[in-house]
Amino acid sequence: MIRSITQQKPEEEIDRLLDGLGRVFIIGCGTCVTLTHTGGEPEVKAMKKKLIEKGKLVTGDVILPVACDNLTKEALNEYGEQIDQSDVLLIMTCAFGVQTIASQLKKMVVPALDTLFIGKETAFGEFNEICTQCGTCILGETGGICPVTSCHKGLVNGPCGGTNNGKCEIDNEKDCVWTLIYNRLKELGRLDAMRKLQKPRNHQGEPTPGKWKSVSLRSSDGQKA
Amino acid sequence: MSANNVPSRLKKILDAGHLAVTSECGPPRGSDPKAIKKKAEMIKDHVDAINITDNQTSVTRLCSLAACIHLKLMGVEPTLQMVVRDRNRIALQSDILGAASFDINNILCLSGDHQQFGDCPQGQNVFDLDSMQLIQTVRLMRDEGKFLGGDAINRPPQMFVGAAANPFADPFEIRVPRLAKKIAAGVEFIQTQCIYNLDKFELWMKQARDRGLHEKAYILAGVTPFKSAGMAKYMKNRVPGMDVPDDVVKRMSGVPKEKQADEGINICVESIQRLKEVEGVKGFHIMAIEWEDKVPEIVERSGLYPRPNDL
Repeated sequence: MIRSITQQKPEEEIDRLLDGLGRVFIIGCGTCVTLTHTGGEPEVKAMKKKLIEKGKLVTGDVILPVACDNLTKEALNEYGEQIDQSDVLLIMTCAFGVQTIASQLKKMVVPALDTLFIGKETAFGEFNEICTQCGTCILGETGGICPVTSCHKGLVNGPCGGTNNGKCEIDNEKDCVWTLIYNRLKELGRLDAMRKLQKPRNHQGEPTPGKWKSVSLRSSDGQKA
Repeated sequence: MSANNVPSRLKKILDAGHLAVTSECGPPRGSDPKAIKKKAEMIKDHVDAINITDNQTSVTRLCSLAACIHLKLMGVEPTLQMVVRDRNRIALQSDILGAASFDINNILCLSGDHQQFGDCPQGQNVFDLDSMQLIQTVRLMRDEGKFLGGDAINRPPQMFVGAAANPFADPFEIRVPRLAKKIAAGVEFIQTQCIYNLDKFELWMKQARDRGLHEKAYILAGVTPFKSAGMAKYMKNRVPGMDVPDDVVKRMSGVPKEKQADEGINICVESIQRLKEVEGVKGFHIMAIEWEDKVPEIVERSGLYPRPNDL
């Protein structure tokens, strides 16, 4: 399953963002951040304790089941009073959750986490970014492994000269994706795919910020499908 | 090799069958042009063209294009190194035209070191094109007189198109096919990564010859003299994609400190002598990092001086 991968912001940054805001309501999430241990129940509890020690008044806290879901509004209704009493919402979810909550409540929000990437759990407790949703998929020519995402330079025509024992020159914890692609294509007897000169990428595949409507909705709007 | 009339002196020398000699200068970390002119002055009579590096190792420096113009105005032939790390396809094409407007006739198309190694590791890289696509872009602009967008170019650039090749990065078996791909993309000359493991280079070159690649692009063998045993160890252990055999490190460490620089030059000259005998090597690219004053000695002792001047 894909997950939004987060890490807690440095304590000084959170302190700065909460400066002058004495009453805090804390929101965690039961989905991705629970799995990554960055915004689940134990982390929310620890944050609450720390803020109290720093002299803040914590008006309440909640772990939403899925912060980025539209039902979040209903879930937060139950905490109306505690939220009203707060100066700020300290949100320990990914930025999808932060923005979902911000769009539904007239309150300043402070994210306690940085959202790093949308990733897949590849081993217990290990997450890897394997797709950046570029809009112009070339997996059919690379043996199902994405160089746009997994090469630090996003090279689509083969590796640079810095491959180091199968690892990337900038991080020996990360595999050189072109070594992986080479090995995969070799295994599949399709090394010829590496000879193809990939054209410059079409960044207009879906220009950032992406927006998409399902085809059925487009036709009902009278738009061209 | 290629049937065009690009007015590059480097190309003419190679076309005439001479062993070419190129070198490179890194621009200064400041705006004083004297630094680059001084380096060029030291080596200009011993080389056919001088590469100007493009923010090498991702450290911010005076730009390659401006430094190339300084060389051009001195009457020295520059090779514009261009990395795709920092500019998108608009800026790359624009800078190619800028260089062409000063009749800069050689270009080296590179990916560029990742910014993590440099002075702005928090910066955003671009890599809108890769080195392969930059080669194709220059060829399109030159040969068809067109921009990537398809519009016609008034006075297209006249450039001899080069790229780098690293015979030593792994997996080794990918390296010759990668050279073949660059040639298919339109590259006309290659400057290799610094060669210390000559056996491995010879194997790479043999595989290139087996595919006839030595007849499709001019291959210039890259060499870098060691200044000290410390530098040899650093290159061996810290520089990705570099292959420095133990016996070379041992040889450098085996001489007293004050003699190590001389030993580094000796190794470099001996390497050139041996590489001259390798079929398909059409010249040398001498990268004497912040040691440009040694280039004339290396060229002379390698029997590559005087340079052809009747072209």
